[in-house]
Amino acid sequence: MIDWVWIADHLDVLAFRTLQHLYLTAIAVVIGFAISFVLSVWSIRRRAVYPPITALAGVLYTIPSLALFAALIPVTGLRSLVTAEFPLVAYTLLIFIRNMVSGFDTVPRDVLEAADGMGYTPARRLWFVELPLALPLVMAGIRLATVSTIGLVTITGILGDSLGGLGFFIFEAYRHSFLTETLVGAVPLLLLAVAADVILVRLERRLTPWSRPVPSSEGPPIAIVGT
Amino acid sequence: MPEQAARRAAIVEYEHVSKSYATAKLRGSSPDAVNDLSLTVPAGKICVLVGPSGCGKTTSLKMVNRLIEPTSGRILIDGVDTATRDVNELRRGIGYVIQQVGLFPHQTIGQNVVTVPRLLGWSKDRQQERADELLNLVGLDAARYRNRYPSQLSGGERQRVGVARALAADPPIMLMDEPFGAVDPIVRERLQNEFLRLQEELAKTILFVTHDIDEAIKMGDLVAVMEVGGRLAQFAPPAEILASPASEFVARFVGADRGLKRLSLSRVGDLELQPATTARVHEDAAAARRRTIADPFAYLLLVDDKNRPLGWIGQDEIPTDGRLTESMAQSMSPLMNRRTTLKDALSMLLDADVQAGIVVDRRGAVLGLVTANVIAERMRETAGDGRFVQHVSEVEMAAGASGGVSGESGAAADAAAAP
Repeated sequence: MIDWVWIADHLDVLAFRTLQHLYLTAIAVVIGFAISFVLSVWSIRRRAVYPPITALAGVLYTIPSLALFAALIPVTGLRSLVTAEFPLVAYTLLIFIRNMVSGFDTVPRDVLEAADGMGYTPARRLWFVELPLALPLVMAGIRLATVSTIGLVTITGILGDSLGGLGFFIFEAYRHSFLTETLVGAVPLLLLAVAADVILVRLERRLTPWSRPVPSSEGPPIAIVGT
Repeated sequence: MPEQAARRAAIVEYEHVSKSYATAKLRGSSPDAVNDLSLTVPAGKICVLVGPSGCGKTTSLKMVNRLIEPTSGRILIDGVDTATRDVNELRRGIGYVIQQVGLFPHQTIGQNVVTVPRLLGWSKDRQQERADELLNLVGLDAARYRNRYPSQLSGGERQRVGVARALAADPPIMLMDEPFGAVDPIVRERLQNEFLRLQEELAKTILFVTHDIDEAIKMGDLVAVMEVGGRLAQFAPPAEILASPASEFVARFVGADRGLKRLSLSRVGDLELQPATTARVHEDAAAARRRTIADPFAYLLLVDDKNRPLGWIGQDEIPTDGRLTESMAQSMSPLMNRRTTLKDALSMLLDADVQAGIVVDRRGAVLGLVTANVIAERMRETAGDGRFVQHVSEVEMAAGASGGVSGESGAAADAAAAP
């Protein structure tokens, strides 16, 4: 049923496509995060801009990726990385912005007032007070965006052999009706998504030692972070 | 270091400071949060801003570290207009304590305490040393607490950390906005007392906001009573506020029991003590009896050979001959010293079966007597002209039905007395 010999012959291609998949995912998540971070900070400083920003991100989220590719190809080219990444980035925006703004909203007002009263500059307050406290929800956004982008990268395979990551196998298998190759694309894809989620959950726990359930105040002092 | 001593306190002056909000005007309410406030807080003193909600006390406080900017007027610290200073630098030089504490949940207690030193760029070693020093200063064992997170502390412990954090860079001025408002009455009382003791050493210039007149009287060297619309109704030491309120509003705000409140501001040492007719044990009874007959009080205070009181002997009970013995003493008075407040003294007298309290020195020797009459006399002497007394009783009668202005502070006092 499964052609193990074929798989053994193509391990180098599998490794290359897996790395490509991660690379395409990382670009989308990093760029999406950066854009969303700026828009989210703008939203919490000026509340009025939040509804239009989420509305726009919501519209982008609803456009099918194939339609977006069709619209972009005349402008940015068929085998272009920009064409591939544009929809991927666009889909992360709504997830990121929603989670970031909710995260910033969880920061208690008295904490912000104390920070201002002690002479934090706005930038320093954002980086050392607001962002760490918003982190649980920001990390939830990163997990969601990463896992959904890992799935979506597959479809960039339609733009040509130079893109698509693990999706390359799926498109090729479709053309040849070759089950083994479909599985070589789909199973690593699944494992990649699960692994990314597990790693990000661990990272979040490491980054937020204060939010862990802790022994009562009678217990020994917590001295070591991350045990 | 004389340089450091000079930094310990500063003078804070409000010069015709006003704050008004355009939005309040639109809603039709009074646009003035603070109206032409002028007052000077001397270096090293605690000035309490007190008043009902909406009187602008918190606004006045926050204008000092420019969390709120005044609409007009100036605030000077040691003669320098705060508006001319870099806002972050200004704030790092002013301790700030708020009711909800506002500790950073993601930082350990040690890190929280040295927030301002960190902003000022102190070395790591110096920060850690300072954190431990401050935690011990506010009564928290540094070794036990420094690595905990705020969520692991009780409300009272968190408030102590808040005070430690405000003191971290040794600022000459502290702003405290209802700092003990969120803890239960027993803890509040303890924190107040500890803070007053701390202030005796630190001698910072402190602006302290509360809505509780009892707290204001207890904590303040000076009390600024504010009324709605942001007007300063009276600015004076607590004893003067209680003895001669400047307006009907102040009289009502301090409450009809202001006479009783004044009792806790004076001490037995402020009174002129009544002399006691004393006799030592083993003294000749007849001589003692003759002395007592001349005394209108008609009682003889029996003392031991170190002049420490043993008890009273009624004039008629003194034998006509022989010697006085310890077993002749029948009843004893409450003992008090010069530091006893008149409130406590009066309370002891009301509970005792003898009408005079005995004041003793540190070694327990008799100094003199205090009676309820002497206390009442003292209260009358130091009272004001009584202009607002009538109003007070009328208002209090009305307040009996509706809750009234002093209800809030009254409830707090009840709660404090309950346990």
